Amino acid sequence: MGILIKAEDTTDYSYGCPPDQRPIEQHIDLGVINLDKPPGPTSHEVTSWVKKLLGVEKAGHGGTLELN
Amino acid sequence: MGRARNVLQHIIHSDKTYVCVMALHEAVPEDKIREVCREFVGDIYQKPPLKASVERRLRVRRIFSIEVQEIIGRLVLMVIHCEAGTYIRKLCHDIGEVLGVGAHMAELRRIHTGPFTEDENLVTMHELHEAVIALREYGDEKLLRKVILPVEYAVRNLPKIYIRDSAVDSICHGAPLAAPGVLHLTDDVMKGGLVAIMTLKGELVAIARALMRAHDMVEASQGIVAKPVRVIMKPGTYPRHWKSSKFVGKG
Repeated sequence: MGILIKAEDTTDYSYGCPPDQRPIEQHIDLGVINLDKPPGPTSHEVTSWVKKLLGVEKAGHGGTLELN
Repeated sequence: MGRARNVLQHIIHSDKTYVCVMALHEAVPEDKIREVCREFVGDIYQKPPLKASVERRLRVRRIFSIEVQEIIGRLVLMVIHCEAGTYIRKLCHDIGEVLGVGAHMAELRRIHTGPFTEDENLVTMHELHEAVIALREYGDEKLLRKVILPVEYAVRNLPKIYIRDSAVDSICHGAPLAAPGVLHLTDDVMKGGLVAIMTLKGELVAIARALMRAHDMVEASQGIVAKPVRVIMKPGTYPRHWKSSKFVGKG
């Protein structure tokens, strides 16, 4: 895959934050987990555990196997 | 988690790979099984099952490959690479019909969805729990940083457009991306396809639909080049460079 350049510019490090340097709260808020779902509980239940565990209000899951 | 959740519904539409055990209802010669499985590679018709969450209308799904790994008696272990929305239970049933003996899906595990695979970064509930404890009890972030990946990981397979700092905040407010805001992009950007809009620091700003292909985007001197479908970055993260009068009533 190639990169096409249209214009050059620099970025100001006084705002924003490279993904690997985020403070931990932000890292969690903007984070994804590739979770090995245990076979018993539903994806919905596991999502709710993860939410509680991490103390985040929102969490979602990117797929479920149940109906396949 | 949190704002990153919004990305996932766009990722779940990517291809899937499954490991599946199909149980035949009667024994069939191996070469016959392999032959029939080969016939199912390509476009197939499927009607969603009764308890499905989508409309039950005949639809076409593409099977990219079916690799029969092992056959033991009536059990067939196979790896299936298919389009999102393929019903594997149905596929097993249909393979059984063509074989003339009937079959059902005995076991299923997904090993690959878009950027997520089973080999890399797969985390158990226990590991996640331990990582949270390490942070809470000992103030150690290291484990949690290993277990939780930045949202940018989820879009690593998408074409990307890198934009100027000055173009970031208007996108965060849902405005479309105009040509002058574009700095560089990957050459796989397709007209009508999804793209990730990124900052120069490598942060994901939004998932957007491209309105032109990569080469046309480089040539464009004005006009809209992509429209956000899902904004990830919080407004106000980057300074505001746009005039508010144009956006009155949009919050």
